[in-house]
Amino acid sequence: MGVVATDVTAATVEAGLRGQRRDVGGSLFAAALLAALLCSLGVLVALMWDVLRTGLPVLQARGVGFLTSGPSSVATQAGIGAAILGSFVMVGIVALIAFPIGVGAAVWLEEYAHDSRLTRFIASNVRNLAGVPSIVYGILGLVIFVDFLNRIVDIKDTGSLLSGGLTLAALVLPIVIITTSEALRAVPRSLREAAFGVGATQWEVIRHHVLPAAAPGIVTGAVLSLARAFGETAPLLLVGAVTGFFSTGGAGFVERLLRSPYSALPVQILSWANYYDNAFHALAAAAIVVMMAILLAVNGLAIWLRNRYERTW
Amino acid sequence: MRTRSEPLAIAPTGSVPTALELSGWPARRRKETAIRRAFGAAAAVSIVISAVIVLALIGRAIDFLRHIDPSWLVADGWFPRRDQFSIPTLAAGSLIVAAIAMVIAVPLGLGSALYLSEYARPRVRRMLKPVIELLAGVPSIVVGFFALTVISPGFVQRLFSSATFFSLAAAGIGVGILATPLVATVSEDALRAVPQSLREGAYGLGARTRTTSVRVVVPAATSGIMAATILGFSRAIGETMVVLMVAGGTGGSAFTLDPLGPGQTATGAMAALAIGSDQVKGSGSAFPSLFFVGLLLFVVTLALNTLSERFVRRSRRHG
Repeated sequence: MGVVATDVTAATVEAGLRGQRRDVGGSLFAAALLAALLCSLGVLVALMWDVLRTGLPVLQARGVGFLTSGPSSVATQAGIGAAILGSFVMVGIVALIAFPIGVGAAVWLEEYAHDSRLTRFIASNVRNLAGVPSIVYGILGLVIFVDFLNRIVDIKDTGSLLSGGLTLAALVLPIVIITTSEALRAVPRSLREAAFGVGATQWEVIRHHVLPAAAPGIVTGAVLSLARAFGETAPLLLVGAVTGFFSTGGAGFVERLLRSPYSALPVQILSWANYYDNAFHALAAAAIVVMMAILLAVNGLAIWLRNRYERTW
Repeated sequence: MRTRSEPLAIAPTGSVPTALELSGWPARRRKETAIRRAFGAAAAVSIVISAVIVLALIGRAIDFLRHIDPSWLVADGWFPRRDQFSIPTLAAGSLIVAAIAMVIAVPLGLGSALYLSEYARPRVRRMLKPVIELLAGVPSIVVGFFALTVISPGFVQRLFSSATFFSLAAAGIGVGILATPLVATVSEDALRAVPQSLREGAYGLGARTRTTSVRVVVPAATSGIMAATILGFSRAIGETMVVLMVAGGTGGSAFTLDPLGPGQTATGAMAALAIGSDQVKGSGSAFPSLFFVGLLLFVVTLALNTLSERFVRRSRRHG
């Protein structure tokens, strides 16, 4: 019968095609890559475990009192009430200032501007602003929103809630512009052309078609930038957030906004973490637990919003 | 001004509508113009912010330089209250911290990105990608606290017995954790932008996943990966809180190249000046030095970001 092989089976053919040796190196490589990813996860878990271990007892012992009481030099009386209020007011200022300007700028860049030198300059300027270290925004805040504002309005000369909020608004503005631009770019041309085709003006196209279609992406970006403002510490150190003890002494709202000493949650954490005292370290951990809970909830909401409402065209 | 009482009517049969008729109502056009200008003004705000940052930094930095003796900038160390504004001290500190951060962030970030883009099935990817996003959302103050309570005593000091509690190494590791998600997302974008046809070509020649990733996909995405690394480095140079909390330079620092000892970075020096600003504002050159250091920091990060943008543009052209 000659040289026809007699032991050719489907299994040997498959083995020949797939390669005989197991790809040990390849498996190791894949495992190493997965390990890199899991390492990032491990850091996150270790970090949360560390703050929960130190912080939870404080939260359990103090309960709501920790969330409502103000700063104090006595560890068992100190709380994050004033700090969290300051943070919320500043985040509110950020939302009021950075969103309209940021979304407006993005709409101009994506919908109105022609591809000119000026447009390209503005777009690259926005990207560069997003990369400026946050502490440099603190200098901007100090020079403009503290010293300059102080000359026009009577604000506290070392900074106020208003100057803190404006500084954070400048900080997240480029992020709002970039995320909004991406959301607008994802809306297909054909949608705009259809609207133009039936006689809509530019504004009508944007108002009735482009913005609604891009809304999930815009809102997600907006929420994420609010979260960024909420957790930012460094620039606030320059515009007068108080790291020690302070009292707002029952001042009215405008008084508090412009002239009272203020703090913010991350600044409060910094001041507690810097004590050589375990009781205050535990307070810092407890405050971090509260902050991370808020941030995780908000970020989770943003990601859920995006996945729920985002359309792929 | 042209007035028109009726909307653009159907043109009489046989006549072609004129350009005037097609251009719409004046009121409608005026509204359009006003809206366009409002949006343009919003876009101009970003330019104003940049201009103000640059002018404020340059103006105050020049003020500072005018009041000091140039030799103070190369003194033995960074002790602003003693008129020692050694820039080399800050530069060395910043570079050491950023280098350690890169040793952490590049392998972790690039490894995660390669796994997500080349190995993970879509379902696994959807589950693991949020890990990176969650890590990106952790504020630097939290990582600073983690560095203070875990990284420094539990890791750096246990690994190197000569390390002090406050050290540049502990700060570098913390900053590396913060830079990892940035490196991961930017390089994953670059890897996923590599055309599928390149992978198919490699598989068609009989290459395995590892060979395809290392020899085909990664080289094709080099520009994007470079951009990710530079961005991560820039972020590491600009990171403040971790350094302020664990680098140990709050009271000033002598020139040092020892990562296991305390040191000071540009950002840490600025934050330390800001915290102590109540005592020193208006007296001496200590507080104004903040603006000079800020200007240097701004210029360096701007240069790095511009460089990385150039790499991104190159990767788009070839991809």
